[in-house]
Amino acid sequence: MLNFSKINILIIYLVFLFISFFSILNFQKQNDPLIDKKVNLGLDLQGGSYLLLEINSDPLVKEKIQSKVIPLKKLLKENDLDYSDFKINDKNLEFSLNDIEKFELLLFSRKDNLLNPYINNYNSFELDLVIKDNNVRVLFSKYGLLTINNSALKQSIEIVRRRIDDVGTKEPTILQRGEKRILVELPGLKDPERIKSLLGKTAKLNFRLVAENEEFGVDKLLSETGEELNVSKRIIMSGENLIDAQPNLNNQTNQPAVSFTLDRLGAQKFGRATTDNVGKRLAIVLDGKIISAPSINEAIPSGNGIISGNFSFQEATDLALLLRSGALPTPLNVVEERSVGPDLGEDSIKSGITSLIIGFILVILFMIYKYKIFGLVANITLVANLIMLVGVLTILEATLTLPGIAGIILTVGMAVDANVLIFERIKEELKTEKSVIHAFDIGYTKARITVLDANITTLIAAVILFAFGSGPVKGFAITLGIGIVTTLFTAYFMARHLTSIIVLNRKEGRGVNL
Amino acid sequence: MNKNIDFSSKFRSANILSLIIFSISILFILFKGLNYGIDFKGGTLIELRADNRNINIAEIRSSLNSMNLGDVNVKEFGKKGDYLIKVEQKTVNNNQLIPRIKKTLIDNLNAEINFRRVENVGPKVSSELLQSGIIAITLSLAAMLFYIWIRFEWQFSVGAIVALFHDVIITIGIFSILSLEINLSIIAAVLTIVGYSMNDTVVIYDRIRENLNKYTRLNISETSNLSINETLSRTIITSLTTLLALFSIYILGGEILRGFSFAMILGVLIGTYSSIFVAAPVLKFFKVSYKTLEKKEEKIVP
Repeated sequence: MLNFSKINILIIYLVFLFISFFSILNFQKQNDPLIDKKVNLGLDLQGGSYLLLEINSDPLVKEKIQSKVIPLKKLLKENDLDYSDFKINDKNLEFSLNDIEKFELLLFSRKDNLLNPYINNYNSFELDLVIKDNNVRVLFSKYGLLTINNSALKQSIEIVRRRIDDVGTKEPTILQRGEKRILVELPGLKDPERIKSLLGKTAKLNFRLVAENEEFGVDKLLSETGEELNVSKRIIMSGENLIDAQPNLNNQTNQPAVSFTLDRLGAQKFGRATTDNVGKRLAIVLDGKIISAPSINEAIPSGNGIISGNFSFQEATDLALLLRSGALPTPLNVVEERSVGPDLGEDSIKSGITSLIIGFILVILFMIYKYKIFGLVANITLVANLIMLVGVLTILEATLTLPGIAGIILTVGMAVDANVLIFERIKEELKTEKSVIHAFDIGYTKARITVLDANITTLIAAVILFAFGSGPVKGFAITLGIGIVTTLFTAYFMARHLTSIIVLNRKEGRGVNL
Repeated sequence: MNKNIDFSSKFRSANILSLIIFSISILFILFKGLNYGIDFKGGTLIELRADNRNINIAEIRSSLNSMNLGDVNVKEFGKKGDYLIKVEQKTVNNNQLIPRIKKTLIDNLNAEINFRRVENVGPKVSSELLQSGIIAITLSLAAMLFYIWIRFEWQFSVGAIVALFHDVIITIGIFSILSLEINLSIIAAVLTIVGYSMNDTVVIYDRIRENLNKYTRLNISETSNLSINETLSRTIITSLTTLLALFSIYILGGEILRGFSFAMILGVLIGTYSSIFVAAPVLKFFKVSYKTLEKKEEKIVP
């Protein structure tokens, strides 16, 4: 085990040099890297926010089922199906019917079925039917709901991305997590509350006329001044027709306001509505609340307008941002948040590095005290081990977290174990074996399996932790797991080679002192 | 080091001791329960630093109580002027909560306050985190069982699992007794303890297996004793270097890593003890001998 061919030695140190080269990359200038690879700092070390958002598709399902009312009634009427007791529930449409069989045929017809389209991806219809006596309920099928959910999630991710990009944070991560969730990571973010409030708003904007009296089809909404207004349910124009929105100051009042530009269709609608309703009041409704309800003084055909309300410049800026990015299809809830301020991150790096250095020095001193020159061998391989560990982390562009630093320190403590196992084994062999070289040889051979077995168990724990852990804990699993692999390499190849140099260069039976 | 300690004669009393501590741990876990952190219980955690170092903790408490947030827990956290607030929040998705707390504190305490860390875990996510934590620990135990079963005989794998249960339950039991918080990093610590304790056990088992074949005339008690003695200096040295590293984290690594490193220190101590006094006696219980090993070799080498 102590004889190394030249080619083996070459391979061992080339592998070492290759991997350690990557660890140096972390020290290059950040703005002009030669090779763009480095260990990323986790949010707990550099500061920033982690948000887990969940979409709530219930309001959307309600909205979608309501949109089926008119085509459904039309279908019933066109086919002379008499229905009664028509009810619109949150998740279904309920009514009584005599000829259910005929209705069933119509509902599940694959030909030009606008009411209930066939979803090819899932081999299923969008709607489903529950029949009880002569009472039927039309509701979304499992895959219909899935389609609604998926498209809402995709759309939400897009809107979230637009809003975050607009705020201008560096390197945000926005990912889908499961069927209902969006993961957002914002490194270096200083004010998580603003982002949270921006993401928490659906930002559904629409323009509706204020009705004179409580006629049919009005909503009672509160205005910005606290006055209750009857607003028509009919939407003149919605936020979808907006192509731009900017904050600025209202020329007349010098109050912060938001100016907007409409697309061609929006401009037409808006122009027509303002022409027909001069003198009336127009309510600008955002998420069910009136921002302002100005009177229409004259027709506005240009497609440019201004929303002035009772807001600060910051609020106007945020409103413009929300309007530019578009409305979320459904509300988003923050189900998990972890934010770390930059100063705590710095403190964590400092205390992590300090404990790493101190732990390292303690272990090194102990090994020298215990094993003298062979302790030095163990220590040299320990340093090599750390360099390689950082190198592998760099190659993988892994994220280093505070528990990750703890994993490195733990690796320092446990890495010497491989060498200790081998050295102790050699010591035992030296008791019975006369030839020192032979004792080292046997020691390495016999300890090999033990070292492997012992490390694989920790590796298994690390892999499971990586699979189930989240965020910072994952960082721990990464450093612990990679640490085991580099430990095996350095102990079994490098330490063995260094030991062989010492042992083979000494005279038989002399001066080998474990 | 030339040691010849008679471990096997102490197996019985050690096992009784283990059994008592193990039972006490179980009782505490069942009846006193665990102090779950917000990761597993849901709620809001705020780590704050006040520039005015003379703030009274009671002032923070009373101003938070005036907000009717339900169960609020305030404690000092590391340096003077640093506090940790935990709110067991009932409402979901309350975007206004954190700015409201900040404003109340600044108004009442008359100090500049910096929220250094905010964590907010909803009830659904926290139960998912707890579930995946339990799955992870169970899975790691199963994986260890399987690995030892492949590498050794089934008796060894039972011994290893008994030792692991012993370590995990007692570590968690001590957390229950001391009312220390169980959070995600403690789960990570427990999993690492599983790996570490296993590592220790494997080293001794490996030697027992080797010695069973080498000295076929020795019975399992004698073989265990010999093997434990032979590997003792390695066991001690490795535990020492690992503990050196862990104490370094515990003392210098900051508040956030304190619970984690404490659990690991406990685990290393208990794990080292259990590989000698729990894992080895199980082999004696099963009357393992060199004959047990022969069967397997016959299977592998036809």
